[in-house]
Amino acid sequence: MDFLYAIAVAPFSSMWENPSFLLEVIIGGLLTGVMYSLVALGFVLIYKASGVFNFAQGTMVLFAALTFVGLLERGVPLWASFLIATVVMTAMAFAIERVVLRPLVNQEQIILFMATIGLTFFLDGFGQLVWGGDVHPLDIGIPKEPLIIGGVLINAFDLVAAIVCGSLVAVLALFFQKTAVGRALRAVADDHQAALSVGIPLKTIWVIVWAVAGVVGLVAGIMWGSSLGVQFSISLVALKALPVLILGGFTSVPGAIVGGLIVGAGEKVAEVFWGPATGGAIEDWFAYVLALVFLLFRPQGLFGERIIERV
Amino acid sequence: MLYREAGQFKTSYAADQAVFPIRQDRFFIAAALAIAYIVIPAVASEYWLLTIMIPFLVFALAALGLNILTGYAGQVSLGTGGFMAVGAFATYKLATAFPGLNIVFIFLLAGVITALVGILFGFPSLRIKGFYLAVATLASQFFLIWMFNKFPWFNNYSPSGVISAPPRAVFGRFFVTGAEADPVDKYLFVLTFVAALAFSAKNLVRGRVGRSWMAIRDMDIAAEIIGIRPLRTKLLAFAVSSFYCGIAGAFWAFIYTGGVEALAFDIDRSFQILFMIIIGGLGSILGSFLGAAFIVLLPIFLDNAPRTIGLDIHVNTVTNLQSMTFGALIIIFLVVEPRGLARLWQIGKEKLRMWPFPY
Repeated sequence: MDFLYAIAVAPFSSMWENPSFLLEVIIGGLLTGVMYSLVALGFVLIYKASGVFNFAQGTMVLFAALTFVGLLERGVPLWASFLIATVVMTAMAFAIERVVLRPLVNQEQIILFMATIGLTFFLDGFGQLVWGGDVHPLDIGIPKEPLIIGGVLINAFDLVAAIVCGSLVAVLALFFQKTAVGRALRAVADDHQAALSVGIPLKTIWVIVWAVAGVVGLVAGIMWGSSLGVQFSISLVALKALPVLILGGFTSVPGAIVGGLIVGAGEKVAEVFWGPATGGAIEDWFAYVLALVFLLFRPQGLFGERIIERV
Repeated sequence: MLYREAGQFKTSYAADQAVFPIRQDRFFIAAALAIAYIVIPAVASEYWLLTIMIPFLVFALAALGLNILTGYAGQVSLGTGGFMAVGAFATYKLATAFPGLNIVFIFLLAGVITALVGILFGFPSLRIKGFYLAVATLASQFFLIWMFNKFPWFNNYSPSGVISAPPRAVFGRFFVTGAEADPVDKYLFVLTFVAALAFSAKNLVRGRVGRSWMAIRDMDIAAEIIGIRPLRTKLLAFAVSSFYCGIAGAFWAFIYTGGVEALAFDIDRSFQILFMIIIGGLGSILGSFLGAAFIVLLPIFLDNAPRTIGLDIHVNTVTNLQSMTFGALIIIFLVVEPRGLARLWQIGKEKLRMWPFPY
């Protein structure tokens, strides 16, 4: 009875009694959700253009952040480190296309998925071999003081993260809608064969999309790195991005954003209000169960393409 | 010359439908079993039995379970570790609650409990497919591990959260679990279980059930139209697969390590077993064994290789290099033969059939 009360009554009554606290929790969650979206974005880009479920995205985030912070620690200025890290991620995209994707073209999706898990192991080892496995603190001058806006306590860092993510999405949207390369990317995402037949070079497109995902990973890595420090556990954030993906749909950029917001807010609310009753640490699986329940009603995710099956 | 079925005439339907219709295959299986039962216990050291043979068999059993679900029924699952944990903890609760019950029944019962849990987590598969399902099965992985960690009832309120196997014997005197169990007894016990379960799996997948799984895997709508019920078939696949994984988890906790905490069955374990079936071969019983052997032996080899050739490098460097080699090998394997070791074996047999006149 106590347990039922703690699950079904107490959380709601405490929400009711203290609405501004609820609002604070939700806003905090939304801002964390933005960070999940950043990681999920990389997944979506690659899945859309090449149909590869890129499990290595989390490790790409870590690798990009390690490169960035490693250069900074060796006295390279901020802008140059960012530039070099971008070049490194692009070079990696070339290598991945050449070594992994091209030989495996036309294989089943699960095989490509496994190959990206192999890539995860490789990059984990490689990144830590080159840059060392310790925690690298990263401070690029983002303020961390709490702000009070309209009576609600907000972390300034989260706000900056949200702004960065928002502008990144805007740039990506412009890139996809207004440039020739972006149009080619969308064409490939729509239909590989049709794109090939109008003369879009598939291989170049793959390199571009992996490079873009790498740069998105770099931004995500910098943001996560400045809040947690650049360390191995950043690559585990990818596991948090997966429920975001199934919520939003694998093929939708807005879905990744909205999914991230839902997961971030839901997770925080659940942890704060239901955590005490269930013994805490429900963050680990709550997002998955949320996504699972959601999928039962809408199997293709929020904005995913409806799957039409023919026999 | 050696591998040729010419001249082996079948005179009855029973002979035609045999599990291994070719004499050489029967001989090979018999030889493998003879080596496993007689030669290995006689020559293998305790180290070999405990750190290589037993984990190999346990992993093979788990891979078999996942292969039934992913390879035969086509439902990608990343929740294997969770199901193994269910098997381990169910065995622990049963063994401590009913000390008089024979350990064989306890293992089987734990398998049945895991099968029920598997059915529960298999329900989403009716609505969602492919990678969506794969990610959804992660829910079971994270939820189950969290549950076993969080509620002390599952580990009988042990302060460290570790469950340790109470000593139990088969036939009254051969201890297979607990501290003073003899490695050879343990090994033979696991081997018998795995051999029996592998044989049942082999039979299951070539019968009506297995064919309906494969029909669902290849095209579920078409399968539905020819009268296969997706609900029953998919849930059955989840149940059978979880049964195998549950027993594998129970063996892992009780016979291989002797004591285990829930974290031993985390997501890495699930990936490890997924690797085994991909490298071994999806939809192949033999492949599960080959894949398990590869994944169990490779880290041991990578551990010892630098020392053997006389390189002296830092431990962290070794770990990173291992991780790199492991990842690179997986990619190379997928590029060379995406259908796994079992396919290579098959190609080898085809070649052997032609040899020495390949035309």
